[in-house]
Amino acid sequence: MALMSEHTGHTGHVVPVSTYVLVFLALMVGTALTTGVAYIDLGRWNTVVALTIAVTKMLLVVLFFMHVKYATGLTRIVILAGFFWLGIMITLSLSDELTRGWEINPASWGGIIPFLLHIF
Amino acid sequence: MSEMAAHGAHEAHAHPPGFAHQFEDVAQQKEAGTLGMWAFLVTEILFFGGMFTAYIIYRSLHLAGFITGSHLLEVKFGAINTAVLICSSLTMALAIRSAQTGKGRGQIIWWLVLTMILGAMFLGFKFTFEWRHDYLEHIVPGAYFGFENRPEWGANAPYVQMFMCFYFFMTGLHAIHMIVGLGILTVLVVMTARNKFSSEYYNPLEISGLYWHFVDIVWIFLFPLLYLIGGLYKR
Repeated sequence: MALMSEHTGHTGHVVPVSTYVLVFLALMVGTALTTGVAYIDLGRWNTVVALTIAVTKMLLVVLFFMHVKYATGLTRIVILAGFFWLGIMITLSLSDELTRGWEINPASWGGIIPFLLHIF
Repeated sequence: MSEMAAHGAHEAHAHPPGFAHQFEDVAQQKEAGTLGMWAFLVTEILFFGGMFTAYIIYRSLHLAGFITGSHLLEVKFGAINTAVLICSSLTMALAIRSAQTGKGRGQIIWWLVLTMILGAMFLGFKFTFEWRHDYLEHIVPGAYFGFENRPEWGANAPYVQMFMCFYFFMTGLHAIHMIVGLGILTVLVVMTARNKFSSEYYNPLEISGLYWHFVDIVWIFLFPLLYLIGGLYKR
């Protein structure tokens, strides 16, 4: 990837304007979609759909606007490590909460937490 | 002596302005800058992540209060501001692209200023419409939080206030990051005007863009978590 500069004459990959515009349109559609879905009763799936759309939008921004699609392996590992550590923070905090016998609302987070309890 | 000679030979090559001599080439310098910025953004992920973790836990314990709190927010402000931030991310990406493709500084400054205007619009909507609305509705946590006017909240009232605390701390921390971003963009406009950037060297633009897009991503999560997942159909 670092060699790319020799081919293009620039440092770093130049993303076509059309790609940026497509990503922008996808983000706008995602925003409209997630807002619209909130007005429809999907039960537990409302949370799941909202978070799925948010993660998709995040991936679009990270990969294209933040050029991670064209980044080196080293940079990608650092980014993945960041999200991995975020996962550790959330998982271990939840493992504490879930094992204290507190009253956890099973409908919160689209039933994801009771589902996790069921697995472990 | 040999070092001096080597240095002299080094000087003979044409280096782009902004190239620091400890690096092998501009590509290595760019990667080092990008990596360093991401190391900072990882700390930011965990900084905001602490709040998101607390929000996940307290929402699972006090769901009813959090849903009532979510319904107090004006979705139109959140949705409009999401769109404004996405527009600003596009203009930021285009500013960097203008530098990459060797466009004149006028074009780079145009995209940067447009990004600043959109960022200022976001903060303007938030402070003058949204938070003012919250203040008038007595849903700002504190002595004047509107318990007495909302008997329907009942025993959930403390948790409605807890939700509003999360809302103000999370969106407030995000707003502080936006203000810092506007400061960074101001510096970039000055640097561009002073001809500091070229198609070979635009690292400050690139890594500031990473910061700007990161702040956009935080909002991409705050919008559904605070405004939407309470289920607007119930309101």
